[in-house]
Amino acid sequence: MSKKNDYDPSEIQKRMGMKAKNRISNTVIYVVLVIMSIVWLIPFFCIVFQSFRVESTWMAGYVFPQKWGFDNYINLAKTDFWKWYTNTFIIAVVVAALQTVIVLCMSYTLSRFRFKIRKGLMKFMLVLGLFPGMLTMIILYRVLKDLGMTQANAVPGLILVYIASSGMGYYVSKGFFDTVPKTLDEAARIDGATRAQVLWKIILPMAKPIVIYTILTAFMGPWGDFVFARYISMNTSAGMNVAVGLQSWLSLDQINNRYTMFCAGGVVVAIPVTILFLCLQKYYVEGVTGGAVKG
Amino acid sequence: MANYSDLEYLRLSKGQRFAYKLGHFFTSIPSAIGRLFANIGRGIGKGVKGIGKSLGDIGSTFRNGDGITKGSFVIMGLGNLARGQILRGILFLLFEIVFIFYMVTTGAYWLSMLPSLGHQGPAQEYNPIYDTYVTTYHDNSFKILLYGVLTIFFIIAFIYTWRVNLRQAKINQEMREKGLRIKSGKDDLRSLVDESFYKTLLALPLTGIIIFTVLPIVFMILVAFTNYDGTHDGYFNSLFSWVGLENFNTMLSWEGGGNVYSATFGEVLTWTLIWAFFATFSNYFLGMFVAMMINKKGIKFKKGWRTILVLTIAIPQFISLLYVSKMFAKNGIVNGFLMDMGWIQTALPFFEKAAWARITVILINIWIGIPYLMLIVTGILMNIPADLYESAKIDGASGWKQFTKITLPYMLFITGPYLVTQFTGNMNNFNVIFLLTGGGPTNPNASGASGSVGYTDLLVTWLFKITTGAESKYYLASVVGILIFVVVALITLIVYNLLPSVKNEEDFQ
Repeated sequence: MSKKNDYDPSEIQKRMGMKAKNRISNTVIYVVLVIMSIVWLIPFFCIVFQSFRVESTWMAGYVFPQKWGFDNYINLAKTDFWKWYTNTFIIAVVVAALQTVIVLCMSYTLSRFRFKIRKGLMKFMLVLGLFPGMLTMIILYRVLKDLGMTQANAVPGLILVYIASSGMGYYVSKGFFDTVPKTLDEAARIDGATRAQVLWKIILPMAKPIVIYTILTAFMGPWGDFVFARYISMNTSAGMNVAVGLQSWLSLDQINNRYTMFCAGGVVVAIPVTILFLCLQKYYVEGVTGGAVKG
Repeated sequence: MANYSDLEYLRLSKGQRFAYKLGHFFTSIPSAIGRLFANIGRGIGKGVKGIGKSLGDIGSTFRNGDGITKGSFVIMGLGNLARGQILRGILFLLFEIVFIFYMVTTGAYWLSMLPSLGHQGPAQEYNPIYDTYVTTYHDNSFKILLYGVLTIFFIIAFIYTWRVNLRQAKINQEMREKGLRIKSGKDDLRSLVDESFYKTLLALPLTGIIIFTVLPIVFMILVAFTNYDGTHDGYFNSLFSWVGLENFNTMLSWEGGGNVYSATFGEVLTWTLIWAFFATFSNYFLGMFVAMMINKKGIKFKKGWRTILVLTIAIPQFISLLYVSKMFAKNGIVNGFLMDMGWIQTALPFFEKAAWARITVILINIWIGIPYLMLIVTGILMNIPADLYESAKIDGASGWKQFTKITLPYMLFITGPYLVTQFTGNMNNFNVIFLLTGGGPTNPNASGASGSVGYTDLLVTWLFKITTGAESKYYLASVVGILIFVVVALITLIVYNLLPSVKNEEDFQ
């Protein structure tokens, strides 16, 4: 813009008009965002309030308790809740560790090496991924049952099921490795490093964001898994994870006694996972964005 | 369909251009399918040619081979052992011994039983010790099918290893004749952390995938051709056997107006596609909209708005889904609030009526899905070159025009593949449907079909219900699973063949 325009009355008027228009549209946006925030937060406020309700345990149609107290939280200890919690926690930690190793192996290999069956392998896994995962549950359940890894012993069985096929979820981290320049590898190779050393000493230190992303998603997966956990624990309380256990409290015959305890349990489950997630949010966002762009 | 040159195309009006593009999209579908089949055909041709070449190579190996190479045809690893590659030789030999031992002891039995899946089921037999009749179990169809498939896998692996063994015997012989040094076991081990490091890295993941995904999928595909269900579990109550295409006939037959299964399948498939469409595109466009609002210049607390939305991702989904489903229940908070305010007299049937339930799940899914899209779109928006907008502004383009001419095309181009995976992912979105409605409200027309089908049931939730119901018709579940695969694969292939941005993987590197 040339200096002259600043003193041109019509230009000033136009700019002020723009400004006013901008202010209006910003106000509209703020209103929309505030409404959205309320809609997004309401369920979480409601669940917290209802978890402190003492006067009744059923699914009453109001939010604010008439009598406040920690009864629901204390009563959790009288149920299998902490057993479910421990189960889920153990599964999540083991899966986070092993799945990360497997996913990184797979994605690094597919990104960096060019070998004969590479393309075929990727296509094959794409096709495998189109089958509904639940289909395999029928046979896995029966095989695991023969091995004694179902019902009360569901934890090792679930760990096995989660990690065994995790190599197929390599897309996001492969996308990341694709963006790391190959010249780095080549330079190190010229200096006499083996491929394994390149991975350990050069690529992995650079791959911190994607490692954290993989650990985070692997850790959060088991907290929310419902269908596999329900299938393998097969109505045995000792082998359930939190999702299956808490869902059973909402069944028709239990909801009247357990509804507020469900809320309390939900809060107890959500707090650590949510805090962890919000702390590592940055890495999650990077991973998700990269994954979508790469497809 | 007329093909315009660039100049002719530019002369068209907006409407004509759109019609032209749309027409081309649809007319290119047949050729995309044609290309697909041509590719499959080419793949098969390549495979056949490869086998032929391989056989020829085996023949020439035998003709030109010396005693040791010829011996490798029978004793695997001989060509390595006799020429100093002890490690490889021992591994080959060990594999052969294990294979033969397995085949003789059990493998042959499983293979021989595979065609019949067992002859003798459990029976009441007289036991002289207890002097009474007890149930004795005999063949186990489940194990026969499972180990039969495993044995076939093992045989294929053996043939491949045998072939590799021959190739190495031949190479070693040639190297020896030329007086070159043959790689030692030490070299091999070193290579596993260097040139062939990929083999080391892939060993564990691929084993897991083969045992826990490939094998079960092959098994379940075969189950679709049997009558394996709760009353034919193959061991405890009675054997199951091959039934050919009967199950597919049950599920797909439209003869005489079809049966309850084919009608239910049609209905559930239709809803699954409608759901996937709305779930994908409502989230996509609304998420984009929200991201653009937050990103707009002059809007404050950008991080705060994002964090509020991201909470739905952070909190384990089952909690929010189960809780929200109870909020909208007949005596839940939402109805309670609306009645307290005096806006309604009777509870709204959020999950009780078919149309209500379907709209409610789509709306709740928006609540779940917008945050993900917001994150993704925010990332992409930052990558759009700013000078595009600058020059658009100078040309006097309005905000809407900038959106339709720059943002949207860019987004669609970049996220095309993502949209496809979202669509297919939504078709199989078990958690949202099952935890919100459990598939309900029940569809009375489908009462004869296995597993009490409801109006919001997707194909996957139906599959789950079939396998957990009292009858547990596993064979029908597996038919449904295969059909889901077919539908998803068709959609994916057609769209991928039409999309320009996925063709060249290396372009992005």
